[in-house]
Amino acid sequence: MIPLSWYLVLAALLFCIGLYGVLARKNAVAILMGVELMLNAVNINLVAFWRYFTPDLIAAHAFVVIVFAIAAAEVAVGLALVISIYRRRKTVAADEINLMKW
Amino acid sequence: MTAMQGVFLFTAGLILWAAFMMVTRQNLVHAAFYLILALFGVSIIFVLLDAGFLAVVQVLVYIGAISIIMIFAVMLTRGDVIEEAPVNKNYGWALLLAALFAFGLIILIGQWPAVASLAGEIDTSRDLAAELGVALVSPEGFVIPFEVASVLLLAALVGALMVARPQKKGK
Repeated sequence: MIPLSWYLVLAALLFCIGLYGVLARKNAVAILMGVELMLNAVNINLVAFWRYFTPDLIAAHAFVVIVFAIAAAEVAVGLALVISIYRRRKTVAADEINLMKW
Repeated sequence: MTAMQGVFLFTAGLILWAAFMMVTRQNLVHAAFYLILALFGVSIIFVLLDAGFLAVVQVLVYIGAISIIMIFAVMLTRGDVIEEAPVNKNYGWALLLAALFAFGLIILIGQWPAVASLAGEIDTSRDLAAELGVALVSPEGFVIPFEVASVLLLAALVGALMVARPQKKGK
């Protein structure tokens, strides 16, 4: 049998790889991919806690489904912004999009 | 080591390897394919956790929709720019922060005694998808988050169309 800690460590490492991707990548689409990894790490944690502590409740499933919906909305709006920026500035490098930098 | 543990370790290694490759690849199409591999591994983890419905939804929504939009966005924004490096100049700080975060989380997990607990028996004849469906529309359950999520999706759809629409000439 698999102890709970294995799932938690997997989710923690996946979250940190996603965090590195968000902070270090230059391309705005790659940053959004990092956010997806972080959301997936959270989902692993939610489902693992459901399975180990409250298998009779359905709340974790509802949470995960709502996270799916939020992720879809986030990606749709984020990629629309990226495409719009690319159309105006011909770049998607996050450190070159400094129009609002003081 | 039981078969379940073997499957878990293989899947965890696959996920972490794919995630690492995803954040280090310079070619964004390759990164998108590694993202798909990592998401597929997460759906295998859901199956190991007896959440089959969520595994199917993961494949449908993440791999079938989100990754495809990602690949479309990569192709639409590639243009003729040659990226010199995939990371910005602050990547050292990012690496340090991510490593510290991983270290701290693993220390925290190690200090908590309940992490050694094993999964109890679960009634495999339960229809979790039906239970979830009832919970999402019952007033005692999650009807308000469900409705808010649907409004959010509609707003995101309209907003994405508005933002990504080409500007009219003369504006």
